Amino acid sequence: MDALKAFLRHPSGMAGLVLILAVLALAASAPVLYPESPWEMVATPFAPPGEDGMRLGADTLGRDVAAGIAHGARVSLLIGVASALAALVIGVTVGALAGYAGGGLDAALMRMTELFQTIPAFVLAILLVATFTPSLATIVATIGAVSWPPLARLTRAEFLRLRRREFVEAAICQGERTARVVFGHVLPNAVSPILVTASLTVASAILIESALSFLGLGDPNMMSWGFMVGSARSSIRQAWWASVFPGLAILVTVLAINLFGEGLSDVLNPRIARRRG
Amino acid sequence: MDRRQFTGGLLAGAASLPLGAGRAGAQGRGGTLNVIIQPEPPILVTALNQQQPTLTLGGKIYESLLKYAPDLKPMPGMARSWEISPDGLTYTFRLFPGITFHDGTPMTAQDVVFSCMTLLMETHPRARNTFRRVARAEAPDPLTVIFTLKEPFAPFLGSFDCTTAPIVPKHVYEGTDFRKNPMNDKAIGSGPFKLKEWVRGSHVHLVRHEGYYRKDEPHLDEIIYRVIPDAASRTLALENGTVQLAQWSDVEFYDVARLKARPNLAVTNAGYEYFAPLQWLEMNNRVAPLNDRRFRQAVMHALDREALAKRVYFGQARVATGPVASKTKFYDPNVRKYEYSLDKAKALLDEMGLKPGANGKRVEIKFLVPPYGESYQRSAEFYRQSFARVGIDLVLEATDMAGWASRIGNWDYQMTTNLLYQLGDPALGVSRTYVTSNIVKGILFSNTQGYSNPEVDRLFDEAASALDEKKRQELYTRVQQILVEDVPVAWTLEIEYPIIYDRSLKDVVTTAIGSHETFGAVTKS
Repeated sequence: MDALKAFLRHPSGMAGLVLILAVLALAASAPVLYPESPWEMVATPFAPPGEDGMRLGADTLGRDVAAGIAHGARVSLLIGVASALAALVIGVTVGALAGYAGGGLDAALMRMTELFQTIPAFVLAILLVATFTPSLATIVATIGAVSWPPLARLTRAEFLRLRRREFVEAAICQGERTARVVFGHVLPNAVSPILVTASLTVASAILIESALSFLGLGDPNMMSWGFMVGSARSSIRQAWWASVFPGLAILVTVLAINLFGEGLSDVLNPRIARRRG
Repeated sequence: MDRRQFTGGLLAGAASLPLGAGRAGAQGRGGTLNVIIQPEPPILVTALNQQQPTLTLGGKIYESLLKYAPDLKPMPGMARSWEISPDGLTYTFRLFPGITFHDGTPMTAQDVVFSCMTLLMETHPRARNTFRRVARAEAPDPLTVIFTLKEPFAPFLGSFDCTTAPIVPKHVYEGTDFRKNPMNDKAIGSGPFKLKEWVRGSHVHLVRHEGYYRKDEPHLDEIIYRVIPDAASRTLALENGTVQLAQWSDVEFYDVARLKARPNLAVTNAGYEYFAPLQWLEMNNRVAPLNDRRFRQAVMHALDREALAKRVYFGQARVATGPVASKTKFYDPNVRKYEYSLDKAKALLDEMGLKPGANGKRVEIKFLVPPYGESYQRSAEFYRQSFARVGIDLVLEATDMAGWASRIGNWDYQMTTNLLYQLGDPALGVSRTYVTSNIVKGILFSNTQGYSNPEVDRLFDEAASALDEKKRQELYTRVQQILVEDVPVAWTLEIEYPIIYDRSLKDVVTTAIGSHETFGAVTKS
């Protein structure tokens, strides 16, 4: 409750939250606002904003840019959250195993994590998506596969810190099963930094998806913001609106999530919270 | 005398007039022509590689026996005249005297025989389709080549443009591994321009071949082909005059109108008559429901092809009526018409028993998007929206170049788009897509959709060896009617690629192969 109150007093965090809620509302109302498919060619190609009933103009095939942004919000958020969850599951599992078990397993898992960290994430993502033909599932799996190492390292560090604490040793001495020790005592105390990092992972996942779509490696059946920017890029001299507005949508959403994540970090970090309080 | 009459006169006189002699002096000499080349060709030897950029660039370096007027009538190339025996079996070409290769050695009939019968037979599928019909090729003297065919092949004379039968020096290639010959980098041909320098990723520099056999040609001193990978930069380069010529898909379709409005630029759709690129939706005739003719007919009715031409190609395309492009010989528009009608499409699908499910979808079809750029991607999105209206759910699959080629070649697909050259005569460019004998696994641009109809096979066979034009027309009309009824592929558009050139250039497009031509006659003021 204290944390919630503190967050409500955190200006940039609240700004982020409001923006996120706005994007969520847009995503939720897309089928009502624009009942037709965003792929439907409804206007003259390159109709400027305001013409042909296109609030934000039309793209090269005469598709409504505003409808694309609304429907694209669903895709971007879905991919962002799903990929972050995938990264969370992999990262926390690897980090928890390494941090709690220690020894040889720790060394092996950390070397593997380092291996992933040495490969540039985006290059690896391109390689994976190109190999497994782009679709919603492969894109989510790919972004998850390149985004988990920071989460794994963070979880491991938290587990190493908590592993030797008295309450954990007490629980072990009482003969509690390992699973119960991990999920009942260690993980709940490690959750806040993990949560903060995971929320920032959502933002980076949206960016990776946009970049992949921009390069033409998105799911060709989904209208995503990155796809809109990428497909309109070459005609920017005819129709700046077709690439600028989806670009702004990406900017605003990623900024909002970052603001929210930083606010969360400030509030949940005991030292900063105390200083402020 | 306009060009058409001029050509006609040449033909009547057994084409023995030295071309261009009457025009010398009237036009300026010298100058540098800058041209866009995109993408950068892997090699300049057109005998070994026939991708469009290779042909555009290599056309200046390698010449052949004939050229073709816009109406596809043959004109003298390196052959000054030719005769056909009355039985249609023997073709005798007489070469211009004094033709030399870029290394200074004379080009003789021996080089022609070697190029056509040995090298091209191994490396050039289109040329092989013609020269495999030759029983004997002889060079009785250095200026005479005689081809004797196994049986009459009407379009034989249509295979001697510089993209189909480029002549290479025998002394460079004989007895070597053609593809690995180190001289490939030097690109020794006999065309009006020779290679001076190729800076990979930047430009290819061609200069005048001083020993060229047409004494007043080439008019230009040099041609520089510039590699400009970004579409927006290519358009800019034309606008500000850095380059003076662009062809094929160098410029995005939506940019053409803007370029047309520039006072320094001219835009023409001429110069593609020989290729007459015809685009279609290719459907694998082996898999259900695409194996049912009614489904393919429904596809024809479901497509608003006028809108496709307008939205994706910005008016630079015409709706195709059938398997033969309207600019190709023996085209007949009197075939079944498939107007845009969602009701007719739905009725055909209903008749097949493909009823819409709860979500309004009748069937899901996978569509492999060719990775050849913007207009193909946009077309695929157009098709998906069109078919959704009749309950066909098109699922787009993205792929890379190698993946597309291998999956189409090995018949591992349901639907895709394809674009083929017509090559002036149905026997050269059309029949290959529909005859049973050309169902060859692993070969792209064959009968990959697997259509087979004995009647069609027979008509194409007969028409290829018939010599009487009227008889051929009858046969091709019949075959067009059958094919349009069967819809082995759904013909969409004849794409009108532009050639965009600076107004300081003269005589850029004079033949049916346009920007692939040798350019000896091009002048710059």
